[in-house]
Amino acid sequence: MDFGFCLSPSSHVKMDDIDLTTFNRLKDANPDINTCIACGSCTATCTAGNFTEMSFRRILLMLQRGKEEEAKKMIQRCMLCGKCTLVCPRGINIRKILLDITR
Amino acid sequence: MKENILIIGGGAAGMEAATQLQKMGLTPIIVEKSENLGGHIAQWDRLFPAFHPAKDVVDQMLSQVKDIKTYLNTEVADIQKDNDGFHAVLSNNEKIDAKAVILATGFDIFKAERKQEYGYGIYNNVMTSVELEKFFRTGKDERINNPKKIGFVHCVGARDVKVCNTYCSKVCCTTALKQACEIKEVFPDAEVYTFYMDLRMFGPGYEDLYLKTQKDFDVKCVRGRVCEVSENMDGKLVIKAEDTLFGKPLKMTLDVLILMCAMEKNKSIDTIQQKLGIADNSDGFMQNKDMYLGMNGTAQDGVFVAGACTAPKSLPDTIGEARSVATQVFNYINNK
Ligand SMILES: Cc1cc2nc3c(=O)[nH]c(=O)nc-3n(C[C@H](O)[C@H](O)[C@H](O)COP(=O)(O)OP(=O)(O)OC[C@H]3O[C@@H](n4cnc5c(N)ncnc54)[C@H](O)[C@@H]3O)c2cc1C
Ligand code: SF4
Ligand code: SF4
Ligand code: SF4
Repeated sequence: MDFGFCLSPSSHVKMDDIDLTTFNRLKDANPDINTCIACGSCTATCTAGNFTEMSFRRILLMLQRGKEEEAKKMIQRCMLCGKCTLVCPRGINIRKILLDITR
Repeated sequence: MKENILIIGGGAAGMEAATQLQKMGLTPIIVEKSENLGGHIAQWDRLFPAFHPAKDVVDQMLSQVKDIKTYLNTEVADIQKDNDGFHAVLSNNEKIDAKAVILATGFDIFKAERKQEYGYGIYNNVMTSVELEKFFRTGKDERINNPKKIGFVHCVGARDVKVCNTYCSKVCCTTALKQACEIKEVFPDAEVYTFYMDLRMFGPGYEDLYLKTQKDFDVKCVRGRVCEVSENMDGKLVIKAEDTLFGKPLKMTLDVLILMCAMEKNKSIDTIQQKLGIADNSDGFMQNKDMYLGMNGTAQDGVFVAGACTAPKSLPDTIGEARSVATQVFNYINNK
């Protein structure tokens, strides 16, 4: 029956229920992803980010907060130009990690 | 030339100042209210950033002051100043005349109960950084039972208008990451989270400690202040915070929560401080002459300050100030 209203789902990220298999697999192959300091350089320089919501910083977070599908969708914007890898102050091999996520 | 210098407080600052003054040919006298010298560092297990045993540092300092006149379990009950200098009466009724006084009474730890939303003293498994340090020293704490998930809350009692402490306590970020690594060493399979607002890794080797935390210990740093803690049916802690980098509120169950409590001024010296005519600054610590060139001076000629009694400080900061206060006192005595 439609009462004309509904309950909004909780907007909380429920850390207890998150499946981190993908992130952990990615981390085993690329331990440097742990060293991100969320500086945003990758996002600021991103060729795709100029026109879309593409942000590698957010992709890393999405994978750790159970938003794998969203992350995979965002990655489709990437043109693999590699500028992000050039600017990352922690020397994270971002381009390779992006490729690994979609693999 | 033998001149008495009264040093109130026998922590790192007081001991180091005494050591230097003795080398300069003056006669330092330490008055310490607790039953041993060492102050807070004697309570720590290992020191950041190099995980150096605190005991090593304390023992080294103790060996340097072994010939210096020291009163333990003693406080200064009264103090007067006249043209000859200072005249103090100790709590044991002994009298000391001194040409100069150094206040080195250090800090106190913020009482975690005051931030009620974190549940310290209400929920069993909420503990403080000081208690965790004790666990590392003794290996014993009932609350730490092979935990699977551990959280650290930064800035407890600091950067917080609600508790009237607007300052940053300086060392607790580095301490949190140091302790996060250490707890991972004890429980390698545990997940460790720190909840920070800014990570203030201000000293040499401190940023490397941050990198090590991420790389070698897989500690997860979440940017956001924990806003509330509750306990579930199993006695576990449920915390809420916003992941501000992700832009979403977050909820998590933890086995243990560690509160990084701020440094506050040690108020046990207030009466003597007032008698000497020295005010507190806006953070509630002792007011020094000025922040740049006059950091060891005070409004009272002949009274000097060193260490964490004027602001939150690391051990190297404290030692540096203790050495500089010795020079200042030497110059004062010699009218330079
Ligand atoms: C949890 C924690 C961990 C830390 N870890 C580190 C670290 O790893 N590395 C680092 O560099 N720094 C660390 N610090 C900072 C370090 O503890 C301080 O820099 C140092 O203790 C300051 O020394 P102090 O002598 O000024 O003060 P205190 O250590 O507080 O000593 C003051 C002394 O004065 C005595 N006293 C107080 N009032 C009176 C009175 N009225 N009469 C007589 N005596 C009195 C006290 O009993 C005490 O012995 C840490 C701090 C905290 C809170
Ligand atoms: S490689 Fe992809 S993510 Fe990196 S800058 Fe280029 S488009 Fe952006
Ligand atoms: S540039 Fe590197 S450190 Fe900065 S946000 Fe991107 S991945 Fe993280
Ligand atoms: S050092 Fe870090 S934890 Fe301590 S008050 Fe400053 S920002 Fe907060």
